[in-house]
Amino acid sequence: MNRALARVKSFFRKEKEAFKKDDKAAYLFSLPYALVFITFIVVPIVLAMLLAATSFDMVNFPSFVGFSNFVYLFTADSEFMRSILPNTLKYAILIGPGGYVLSFLMAWCLAQLPHRLRTVLAVILYTPSLTAGITMAVVWKVVFAGDEAGYLNHLLLEMGLIAEPIAFLQSPKYLFPIMVIVTLWGSMGVGFLAMLAGILNVPKELYEAAYIDGMKSRFQEIIHITIPSMKPQMLFGAVMAIVNAFSTGAIGVQLSGSNPTPNYAGSLIVNHIDDYGFIRYDMGYAAALSVVLLLIIYLFSKLAYRLFGERERK
Amino acid sequence: MRKRFEAVKINPRRFHLNQIPFLLIVLPIAFVMMLPLVYIFNHAFKPYDELVEFPPRFLVRRPTLDNFIELFRATTTSGIPVTRYLFNSILITGIVVLVSIFLSSLTGYALSKMRFHIKGVLAEINTIALMFVGTAVAIPRYVIIEKLGLINNFLVHIVPFLAVPVGMFLIKQFIDQVPNELIEAAKMDGASHFTIYRKIILPLIKPAISTIAILSFQSVWNNADVSATYINSDSLKTFAYYMSTLSAASNPIAGMGMSAAASLIMFVPNLVFFIILQGQVMSTMAHSGIK
Repeated sequence: MNRALARVKSFFRKEKEAFKKDDKAAYLFSLPYALVFITFIVVPIVLAMLLAATSFDMVNFPSFVGFSNFVYLFTADSEFMRSILPNTLKYAILIGPGGYVLSFLMAWCLAQLPHRLRTVLAVILYTPSLTAGITMAVVWKVVFAGDEAGYLNHLLLEMGLIAEPIAFLQSPKYLFPIMVIVTLWGSMGVGFLAMLAGILNVPKELYEAAYIDGMKSRFQEIIHITIPSMKPQMLFGAVMAIVNAFSTGAIGVQLSGSNPTPNYAGSLIVNHIDDYGFIRYDMGYAAALSVVLLLIIYLFSKLAYRLFGERERK
Repeated sequence: MRKRFEAVKINPRRFHLNQIPFLLIVLPIAFVMMLPLVYIFNHAFKPYDELVEFPPRFLVRRPTLDNFIELFRATTTSGIPVTRYLFNSILITGIVVLVSIFLSSLTGYALSKMRFHIKGVLAEINTIALMFVGTAVAIPRYVIIEKLGLINNFLVHIVPFLAVPVGMFLIKQFIDQVPNELIEAAKMDGASHFTIYRKIILPLIKPAISTIAILSFQSVWNNADVSATYINSDSLKTFAYYMSTLSAASNPIAGMGMSAAASLIMFVPNLVFFIILQGQVMSTMAHSGIK
């Protein structure tokens, strides 16, 4: 007891020492943001995490159930282990690095073009992010519609590749690849913009110096000059790619029109959370799923920090 | 000499034949990316029979303004003038975009460049917050907003959205790139923190600020949820909410044309705002003594 008390005391003493050395202006500068952030973001998240230890039907007050939601999650929720978790990981591994590399590649190619052309192309590449939600599902549903009226079916029938139209969006086999394509199509978002700005801001002198020092190819240029000079943007892009990869799951449900998706083929953790939260009214369990998802995202983002994080400099 | 030329390929002044390979990579992708844009614009001008046509076509054959006229008629017959919703939306979007950028950049500066021993912890909490998926947060957030008396209060459109974790994170990343020497030199000359922020940091992070402005404009302008969840009085609701109810309120078939026109009207400001600001995103910072 005494030792614990001493430890707490020494913690506060150290904090006080550190506080004395701090710039007081830093507290002032971050106070307004911190107030709003804590009230409307941190506190709700903490409460949501607490809900994970309860059973909550959204009508009665939540009742404490300890770890039983998590126990159920890992032992009894057969869909979770069989489909949801593997789907989520597979989807994230395709979408995360895929979208990230695609964004970087597009940004880099755009940087090689003169200003006007680049502007037009940047606007076009960014539009899927602008229209997200409006047409996303509508347009793609038409393309992949399950009867001969769907564009893809129509095309394949014309070419004689198939005899019968395929119900792409209801088929467990095709739904998943279609989700991946559609998500990659919409992946030129903030990360893309940040990386574009980053690439354009690498000082030209660095390239010149490197070529004088014997650098030979454009590829070497990317690896040795471009990426190291824009680590902060690369890190931002990576974290956003990871977050998107794990949280843009609505698409499978929108495309197939049902949650859970046929045979759980396109169901991700995000859909599972919505399924429990808004369809089965089991908010406690939905919260437990959210906590697990957070841990997974956090783990992957640590990897990104390992790759692109700046060592703490003085 | 050839090697020197290679080195200045990035951000070229004019078109050159050796840029063609890059165009060959970008153009096919750009073509696919353009489809929704084409679709939205064409759909809004389709007459009724083309709207319900199956299989649907991307391009309109006989463009008409009927959908817009119908939408306009619906807006003039309902109780509250549509300009009221438009005013609400413009006011909300303007305030949120400006104030959230101000708060994020101030905080980003403090976390990136000041002597501030808890900055690591704060930045970490910020990134964790942007990783948490929203479903389970909905109810706790509702309870907090209710306890603060913000239900049916105009401020509920604004205050909860002033802290944007993604924005703060991005701005902090860009400020990390500003060399410390620049700030030290300014301090030596007796500049206060706020002067450094205003005169050195802000001009250097324009690309980040524009990116975040685009992002927060999109999320606020298109937001119909707040009006649906927290607002009861019609006069306090937003344009996005109004547009979404208009097409839903009339019968689903006649509503199709109106909703296509409404989508276009909602979408165009996003596009215009993006086009205006993307120049800033791609503007190169003045490299005054960087590295």
